[in-house]
Amino acid sequence: MLHNDRRRENVTDIHKTIEAVWKIESTRLIAGIARVTRDIGIAEELAQDALVTALEVWPAEGIPENPGAWLMTAAKRRAIDYFRRGQMLVQKHEEITRELEFQQQHLGDALDHALDQVIDDDVLRLIFTACHPVLPIEGRVALTLRLIGGLATPEIARAFLVPEKTVGQRIFRAKKTLLEAHVPFETPRGEELRLRVDSVLSVVYLIFNEGYTATSGDEWMRAALCEDALRLGRMLAQLLPTESEVHGLLALMEFQASRTAARRGRQGEAVLLPDQDRSLWDDAQIQRGMAALAHAQKLGGGAGNYALQAALAACHMRARTAEATDWNRIVLLYDALMQIRPSPIVALNRAVAVGMAQGPAAGLEALDAIEKPGADSGTGSALAGYHLLPSVRGDLLLKLGRFTGARKEIERAITLTQNLRERELLAERLKQIEKKVAWSA
Amino acid sequence: MPQYLVAIHLPDNFDPSQSDPAMMDDIHALNKEMIAAGVRLFAGGLSPAGHAKSLRAQTDGKLLMTDGPYLEAKEHVGGFWILECGDVDQAVAWGRKAVKACRAPVEVREFLSGPK
Repeated sequence: MLHNDRRRENVTDIHKTIEAVWKIESTRLIAGIARVTRDIGIAEELAQDALVTALEVWPAEGIPENPGAWLMTAAKRRAIDYFRRGQMLVQKHEEITRELEFQQQHLGDALDHALDQVIDDDVLRLIFTACHPVLPIEGRVALTLRLIGGLATPEIARAFLVPEKTVGQRIFRAKKTLLEAHVPFETPRGEELRLRVDSVLSVVYLIFNEGYTATSGDEWMRAALCEDALRLGRMLAQLLPTESEVHGLLALMEFQASRTAARRGRQGEAVLLPDQDRSLWDDAQIQRGMAALAHAQKLGGGAGNYALQAALAACHMRARTAEATDWNRIVLLYDALMQIRPSPIVALNRAVAVGMAQGPAAGLEALDAIEKPGADSGTGSALAGYHLLPSVRGDLLLKLGRFTGARKEIERAITLTQNLRERELLAERLKQIEKKVAWSA
Repeated sequence: MPQYLVAIHLPDNFDPSQSDPAMMDDIHALNKEMIAAGVRLFAGGLSPAGHAKSLRAQTDGKLLMTDGPYLEAKEHVGGFWILECGDVDQAVAWGRKAVKACRAPVEVREFLSGPK
């Protein structure tokens, strides 16, 4: 009995080890195979086959001395089988068979070479292919998490709150699209590089935000998504060291993640930035963010989209108390952001910053400017129905002592949001206003 | 994200200047791989344990300083990594690679985390 228990425990241990080995080896494994097959779909299948073989063999024979190399060799055998099967169907002639043997030898050598020294370029090609603009964004996200993040389909499904089948289909369709569109396994150059880097960064930031902002679902899985995105960001910073926006995004994610512990109160309620206990911010992570931001700026990319957002976050991170925040600098950074990426959200945030820097009356004026039809940002109508608009207006009115107006705005904000935690926060604010109304009456 | 110490234990007579070039290449490659995987926060090698200074408080409250390592042993920490990765199993998987690259035993320990 005891013996059986111990064996079961060992098998669980080995499975955990295999899972961990897979997490750290799969990206390079897939990238190395793809260098030879030029098809990331086939490369992923061959790598998965190698994983299945490991799951069969390792529990009986133990973990090999060099697990990565073992997986590579297993994948190589599968690759040779795969091509032999495919070609045997069409060719039987003896001479061709000899030719085939030569090709197999060649394939084996090429794989040996590729797998011997998976180079960073292969990983980079893998990332660019998985994030190719020919794919819909969900396909890019699923493929990136699967191929570069080392996540299994059920893990992706849990993180994004979609059925496993849906994720499976997204991955299947994405691979098919890449094949049909003849997307080459390569790193783009010149003009195209910048655009493609943008596509990669937006996928990484989307993964991060999915983990960071959503308030429902499997909390643990969501935290893991943030970590995966950070890991991808650090990977990219190493692989594309001269792209300033890569460092800008990394800085932004480090800053946001550094506040994780302070974002929830004791009862799990959301705590907004001004009310956060700043001693809970992760200093080491803030320092890493500062270093990444400085790097982006040194590369001349200080005015890039992510670098500006990171610089905004840095203003908050530097302030020891909410009151010490340099709001004038924040307004300037929002002005710069409006120049390159005008959006309703940026305009709204700018209005909040103006309210903090120059007083509620100025903030209200900035808010009126964006809501006015035909405002130069062209964002007024886009914000209609967005709960933060009345919520911000309510706050500004409250600060001006215009309680009746404030109450009306907060009430409107409550009807516009579906998010339970935000509703609670707004209801709390409404209560405070009621108190003030009662006092002033 | 959890952080782990991956410490290499080297024999006290280990002489870094005599180390095998193939081993240095392996360690260099592992460092590159750790950075590319986004897990490496810090890496550093230590001077031999014989050069250490050990300090301890005596029962009379006075401080005693001695040359050499605090603990008598044939092996001491010779260098370490600080890695940030998903869980202890992944840290151990990196540890496996470190054992192979450094030709030395490795100890993996998780950092205590929490409010600072």
